[in-house]
Amino acid sequence: MALLEFTNKGIYCPPADVYIDPWRPVSKALITHGHADHSRWGHQHYLCTEAAAPVIRYRLGNINLSTVQFGEATTINGVKFSFHPAGHIVGSAQIRVEHKGEVWVASGDYKVAPDGLSEPFEPVRCHTFITESTFGLPVYRWKPQDTVFEEINDWWRQNRDQGKVSVLAAYALGKAQRLLHGIDAEIGPIFTHGAIEKTTQVMRKQGIRLPETRRITQQYKSKDFEGSLVLATPSATGSNWMRRFKSASVGIASGWMALRGTRRRRAADRGFVLSDHADWNELNDAIKATGAERVAVTHGYTNLFARWLREECGLDAWEAATEYEGESLDKDDAEDMENEKDA
Amino acid sequence: MRAFANLYTRLDQTTKTNTKVAELARFFDQANDEDRLWTVAILSHRRPKRTVNTTLLRHWAAELAGIPLWLFEESYHVVGDLSEAIALTLPKAHSSNKQGLTYWIEYIKALDKLEETEKKQRVTDAWMQMDYTERLVFNKLIMGGFRIGVSQKLMVRALAQSTAIDENTLAHRIMGDWTPDKTTFEDLILTKDPLEDVSKPYPFYLAYALEDSPDDLGLPKDWIAERKWDGIRGQLIVRKGELFVWSRGEELVTDKFPEYHPLAEILPNGTVIDGEILPYKDGQPLTFNDLQTRIGRKNVTKKILEKAPVVLVAYDLLEWEGQDIRERPMEERRALLEQLLEQTETDGILMLSERVNFSTWQELEPERQNARQYHSEGLMLKHKGSPYRSGRKKGDWWKWKVEPLTIDAVMIYAQRGHGRRANLYTDFTFAVWDDKQLVPFTKAYSGLTDKEFREITAWVRRNTIDRFGPVRSVEPAHVFEIAFEGIRKSSRHKSGVALRFPRISRWRKDKPLKEANTLEDLHQLLKLYEEGG
Ligand SMILES: [Zn+2]
Ligand SMILES: [Zn+2]
Repeated sequence: MALLEFTNKGIYCPPADVYIDPWRPVSKALITHGHADHSRWGHQHYLCTEAAAPVIRYRLGNINLSTVQFGEATTINGVKFSFHPAGHIVGSAQIRVEHKGEVWVASGDYKVAPDGLSEPFEPVRCHTFITESTFGLPVYRWKPQDTVFEEINDWWRQNRDQGKVSVLAAYALGKAQRLLHGIDAEIGPIFTHGAIEKTTQVMRKQGIRLPETRRITQQYKSKDFEGSLVLATPSATGSNWMRRFKSASVGIASGWMALRGTRRRRAADRGFVLSDHADWNELNDAIKATGAERVAVTHGYTNLFARWLREECGLDAWEAATEYEGESLDKDDAEDMENEKDA
Repeated sequence: MRAFANLYTRLDQTTKTNTKVAELARFFDQANDEDRLWTVAILSHRRPKRTVNTTLLRHWAAELAGIPLWLFEESYHVVGDLSEAIALTLPKAHSSNKQGLTYWIEYIKALDKLEETEKKQRVTDAWMQMDYTERLVFNKLIMGGFRIGVSQKLMVRALAQSTAIDENTLAHRIMGDWTPDKTTFEDLILTKDPLEDVSKPYPFYLAYALEDSPDDLGLPKDWIAERKWDGIRGQLIVRKGELFVWSRGEELVTDKFPEYHPLAEILPNGTVIDGEILPYKDGQPLTFNDLQTRIGRKNVTKKILEKAPVVLVAYDLLEWEGQDIRERPMEERRALLEQLLEQTETDGILMLSERVNFSTWQELEPERQNARQYHSEGLMLKHKGSPYRSGRKKGDWWKWKVEPLTIDAVMIYAQRGHGRRANLYTDFTFAVWDDKQLVPFTKAYSGLTDKEFREITAWVRRNTIDRFGPVRSVEPAHVFEIAFEGIRKSSRHKSGVALRFPRISRWRKDKPLKEANTLEDLHQLLKLYEEGG
């Protein structure tokens, strides 16, 4: 019996009888982070890091939630669990599981390069590592985020000088706040789509300092937006919601923007390659740093990345079936929709 | 190459025509004459030839990136563009370079004669001193398929802005048989009197498709109708006793069609005719396929000449007695053309494009529907007063195509798309019923909306029966209407037929699986409409 198993409900730990990021209702769920595919409705009990808790509470409402600090150990039925920074979004964790000398780490989603906002990724030694592979192909290699922010700032400045609105599409939880933190807020006013504003408020309340933003409401006229930066959810940029801007340039910040094809398909004016997931080099470095000999590969190019690890890196790697979704861009994100209703 | 690579990026970043033209004009303003000339050449389909085959490039890129070939190939499939896949995969450059576009093009051309090991050395050296966009451009130039998302027409507009020379004049000047090795920017673009070069064709006037009924065009008496032939649009020039034949792709194809050579003696000097190069035998047009096979051959053999001889169906007269008469009304040009053909014995090589007579638009409708009987694609409608314009312009000429043929078929295989659709299943194989079996008969990819592609992609993922590489066989469940332009016998296909321009016209969610068409139905269509039969 393996310490962690992939079942139809989620990643299951038999000796402790708990699940990690389950996608069907269970009695006890350990949650890596607040993205919708990792923290779902309906579990009887939730455990996550203190920093991840506010957003999860905001999203899931009145749930039975306990928190731990990063690095703090919790023992359940003799199995030792601890949470370690995954560098993906604020509060996101890899979950270390230790039982009778055997160590597994479930990484959830992660990125290695620090973004200045999330707790920096911490390599954790283990025997078996559960990795994501959202961008697990050698064509995905990120530029330093400073370079990307410079590109965004230049784009915004240029639009501002032409009296245009710069509408930047970004995932409401994580990416939007990373953008707020990284851009040059001196360039002009910043507006936010309702879904983004709410998440941002939650994070401000937990002590994260972000530049001032104004939530977009009916009271603003198209004139008010001229020269400003608007942070919008990906689904909003393709909808009637955009009508309020007279002349806008639309940008998208996502790892998928690395490919010209995806950029075109989204019909955006600009694509900025900025991801909260590890790129090809980071995935390989992170796996090496764990010292793991066995690697389970989840979301993304699972079969290709697992084959690479097996054939070229000499690891016992396999493709694990999960319902995680990676960086969402194409589908209408359920969370966006849910928040838009009351936006 | 930084300046040209930057231009490439900026053109890639916008879909707005005016911005593209402005960026290109700015580049023309700042570049040196050599680079300007090469840019004109590249954007008028005079790209340098491929000097390294793509298999080698894949191997070298994978090796340099330290990844196995299969992983490179899979990455390429996701990216959809080989130049881009290579540019994304290569490791960081060692250094940078200051050379311009012309330098790198010469560098690429010089690869042609080298041994493989030397080629590899030169290519990897180049890669390692370029950034991502420079590599992308360099790769596209090496592979000989460089495209930049700017039509020749827009390039001419930008060049006109930069040089303050009229667009039509420039369009004329850049036609013809030149390469940057044989001329200079000064001579080609800035020097007057284009007729010095006797081979120079006029820009073709291209028609838009008529989407609605012709009722909005006005009075039928102001228009003429002709059949729209399915050959290759061509321009035939006789000047100073010499004959030149140009195809619409602005390629000089004189040598490919020896049938026309006697016309150099027969037609008076200073004659330019716009027409259709049409394979034609025993008083009947042959299929486009026959022409295509012929063009694909290196040498025009006797056998080919017997199997698929061509005629020129003359549409229009552009130059007469050495005078450019394109500004004269169409009716007048046509009268001159008719007169010319009447007075000249061309042994059937030159045929007049006959008018289809009509007095009301209703009368014309059946002629359009009958087009397939004549092996034509529909009708051309031309305003009698129209000048012969340059390029694709709306208003005076329209092509009124026959409705496509359709058949309802079942989707049985799906394959992921390339490039912008790499994450979606967009390429499908369709089948028709043969008794209780489904027989595949065509592939089709375009025709659904992005939303429908997403829907079918999700469905394919859930209903895969088997995988063969990138192809998935799926549960037969969905019926689609397939539209196509023609059908012919084919021994290479299990179904015994091959379709021309198949595409998906509708997702027949209303149709149960059993009601898809049968192989019998397909063969019925073949009997009725077989191309060239
Ligand atoms: Zn996540
Ligand atoms: Zn995830």
